[in-house]
Amino acid sequence: MEWNEILTAIFLALGVLISLTGSLGLLRMPDFYTRLHTAGKSDSLAQTFILGGLIFVTDNWQVAVRLLMIILLLFFTAPTATHAITKAARLDGLEPWRRG
Amino acid sequence: MYIAAIIALLVGALMILVRAILGPSAYDRILAMNAMGTKTVVLVALFGFASGRPEFLDLAIIYALVSFITTVAILKYIEKGRLD
Repeated sequence: MEWNEILTAIFLALGVLISLTGSLGLLRMPDFYTRLHTAGKSDSLAQTFILGGLIFVTDNWQVAVRLLMIILLLFFTAPTATHAITKAARLDGLEPWRRG
Repeated sequence: MYIAAIIALLVGALMILVRAILGPSAYDRILAMNAMGTKTVVLVALFGFASGRPEFLDLAIIYALVSFITTVAILKYIEKGRLD
């Protein structure tokens, strides 16, 4: 296990942890808007860690460039999609959750 | 290393599927579908690395684009009732 595999393992573990918490948050949260928060967070951060971890293990640079493209692409499209969903839901009159 | 990550992500995907089924409003289902799309992109990339074939990353890029466009198209259809 050279240094880059250890680094990849750490990044993968972090990414999977964040992804699982995001998915679990989707189940536990009481309301649509709070679920948006967890899903959006796990979307953009978990994939950055996992795909970023894979960069250390690649041998030729084309694959690393593709990985960077995916990371940047998801980094811009995931929040945009989440915003679009929020706007559509809000315009449709979906009321946020109030305690009690 | 990859197999463990893939299995863990599949468990996360199952949770998202449960939310997609349970989701009271249609927007919950769209949100679950969007989250599943991003998770699929990561899973495809991991499969590519697990099987030692980096061509899978092209699939991941295309899937990320299609998933984003699908979400926006569905939202537009719900909002306006038609797509054109």
